[in-house]
Amino acid sequence: MLGKTANGLFWMSRYLERAENTARLIETGQRIALTRLGSGDEDWASVLQSAGALAAFQDTGRTVTKDTAMDWMIRDLGNPSSIRSCIAAARQNARLVRTAITGEVWEAVNATHMESANLLARKVSERDLPEVLRAIRQNTALVRGMVHGTMMRNDIYDFLRIGTFLERADNTARILDVKYYVLLPSVSAVGSSIDNVQWESILRSVSASGGFRMEHGAGGGAQDIAQFMILDKRMPRSLAFCVGKLQSNLSYLTAAPDSPTEALKMVQHLQSEYLSHDIGAVFDFGLHEFIQEVLKHLAIIARQTEIDFRFYE
Amino acid sequence: MTTQGIFDEMWGTDGDLRGPYQEFNTWFEGEDASRLRTKQRDAEDLFRLTGITFNVYGKSEAEERLIPFDIVPRIISGAEWHRLSRGIEQRVRAINAFLHDIYHKQEIIKAGRIPAEMISQNEAFLPHMIGVSPPGGVYTHIVGIDLVRTGPGEFYVLEDNARTPSGVSYMLENRETMLQMFPELFSQNKVLPVQNYPVNLRRSLAASAPHSANGTPVVAVLTPGIYNSAYFEHAFLADQMGVELVEGHDLRVVDGRVAMRTTRGYTPIDVLYRRVDDEFLDPLNFNPDSALGVPGIMDVYRAGNITIANAPGTGIADDKAIYSYMPEIVEFYTGERPLLKNVQTWRCSEPDALAYVLDNLKDLVVKEVHGSGGYGMLIGPTASKKELAAFRKKLERHPSNYIAQPTLSLSTVPIFSRAGLTPRHVDLRPFVLVSPGRVDVTPGGLTRVALKKGSLVVNSSQGGGTKDTWVLEE
Repeated sequence: MLGKTANGLFWMSRYLERAENTARLIETGQRIALTRLGSGDEDWASVLQSAGALAAFQDTGRTVTKDTAMDWMIRDLGNPSSIRSCIAAARQNARLVRTAITGEVWEAVNATHMESANLLARKVSERDLPEVLRAIRQNTALVRGMVHGTMMRNDIYDFLRIGTFLERADNTARILDVKYYVLLPSVSAVGSSIDNVQWESILRSVSASGGFRMEHGAGGGAQDIAQFMILDKRMPRSLAFCVGKLQSNLSYLTAAPDSPTEALKMVQHLQSEYLSHDIGAVFDFGLHEFIQEVLKHLAIIARQTEIDFRFYE
Repeated sequence: MTTQGIFDEMWGTDGDLRGPYQEFNTWFEGEDASRLRTKQRDAEDLFRLTGITFNVYGKSEAEERLIPFDIVPRIISGAEWHRLSRGIEQRVRAINAFLHDIYHKQEIIKAGRIPAEMISQNEAFLPHMIGVSPPGGVYTHIVGIDLVRTGPGEFYVLEDNARTPSGVSYMLENRETMLQMFPELFSQNKVLPVQNYPVNLRRSLAASAPHSANGTPVVAVLTPGIYNSAYFEHAFLADQMGVELVEGHDLRVVDGRVAMRTTRGYTPIDVLYRRVDDEFLDPLNFNPDSALGVPGIMDVYRAGNITIANAPGTGIADDKAIYSYMPEIVEFYTGERPLLKNVQTWRCSEPDALAYVLDNLKDLVVKEVHGSGGYGMLIGPTASKKELAAFRKKLERHPSNYIAQPTLSLSTVPIFSRAGLTPRHVDLRPFVLVSPGRVDVTPGGLTRVALKKGSLVVNSSQGGGTKDTWVLEE
């Protein structure tokens, strides 16, 4: 496979995952705003931050309100991580790798692009918001389903998966990074209703609230949530799950088992040093410091993957 | 149903239904117009979803457009096709012999059949190719011959496309769409298949591989990139052939071979189906600013270690000034009378011809010698006084840049419009594959149709559409 093709596959799936995660973050933000009294504009700053879109937004000189934040994350083409930008970029990459993906996958990406172009042509009204975000999530899920159902399990598939799980791990880590303080046991407001809303928002933004309730019923505290999102290997958006997938897909790509690629060695290191302990060790290390370390590692792994597989040169 | 005095391929000149359209007409009369309109819309949705689009030059980079598709097929009888395809094959053989001769002994010039300056002064002549013999002796692996029709047996070659003819993906997708929408039509009519074109293309390219190829030759398609107007087609063909689609920056010369950068290092390529113009092919040998090509590929080529399809320098064969010599060229190399007719052509480089053209500008079509895509041409009968005057100035300033031809009364084929079947002018581009010792003409080709009433311009960049083209079994 061409290095350029690997690059296109990697970014196609990364952008689709990012579009989906952003849609979910906005849904969660909106839900919190609706279920709380008073104005929640400051909450939107934190949503922007979770989406990794706050700094660029502040550069535009606009003030954070619900409307401006949502439009920035959904439609603004000046924001390379807006849903609209991500879907356009995903399609651009899909065109680039048109020969590597099946017709079904291409058509699903193209249909996602056509429908989102239609839905996002004008400012999304509050009334239409749930429907629009649901459509985005369903469309990206359709692409994932087509990948799952029609693609050969070969190196093409591996690069798609690596893009997906790097982006997803990064997303989960960023949500934790923005909200880590509400998960700290020392915070005085523990057990108050505000915290419950915050906890709920963390779980919802990774579609994990159902799974968490299944495990813990009405109980479960901050530490359980952290454990669930960081270390639970059954939760498809946890760090341990995503890193596990990175490890297996990178090892399928390794030509000879005794000479692993640099990226694979880094993932193995991340796995054994950071994700093989219990949650107590994470808190001892410092939750914030831990997440910072994970984010740093993910960025380096992404860069090393580009080098190992000659994405650019 | 027909336009006064113009040959319609369905209704002739006198309104009598022609043989090849019998079955189609019976089917059409039994169809409900609103159902067909729905089908026409379905077809467009299908094209949009599969992404069969082209980019329009001069528009914003992201703009992709659909080429309008008309559901009424263009139908050619088996007997008509038999004659046509023999003529096409003859012409393509002559073009290859001509190219070999022009870059070697130049017998045709020595024999006085073509003036020496037609070659030496021609910017399409590529001195780098002098004395170079491409692997297998094939220059034009893929050719598109543009034909027009003016009567039952009257076909003319409008131009030869010997560089990088495009449009074959539309030929294939148009058929695919018709099969999906109107399967019953294909039970009622025995239509010769076109779907094996990609497989034939791959076989044909592989058969033209250089001696340096080990085992199964590695074939790749070279595209200028996703902003090129025909990118969809490049990706489509690579996909259908099951080969890599590469850009210049994926390639480099490694150990005397052209190799592509894969995730596991550099892999040599044996046959490069390039959709990049000569000029941009090799920044070391041609345009030094080109980012689309491969530095040093011409040196690998001259050493015989890669096949470039089509060979560099084939433009000399489809140059519009050379076109006027095609009857001589066919006769010179095949020893036979040309089976396909040329359109009468005035070479404006010749003073007498120029005088005639200037006197009769409003009745003629004037084309740039090196132009394509319908850009920079004048259609006398439909041009305004102002356009005529402006073009006259251009002609007087650079006469040798132009040729002129009479306006032919191109045949029409009905399109399905709000008013039912309405005649529109068409042309035809059959696609030809050439490999050592073999010429394959795909039955049918791409029919382009001018959608505006009375218009003779069929180019997609100028608002033309396409039709499925059927060749019936004899």
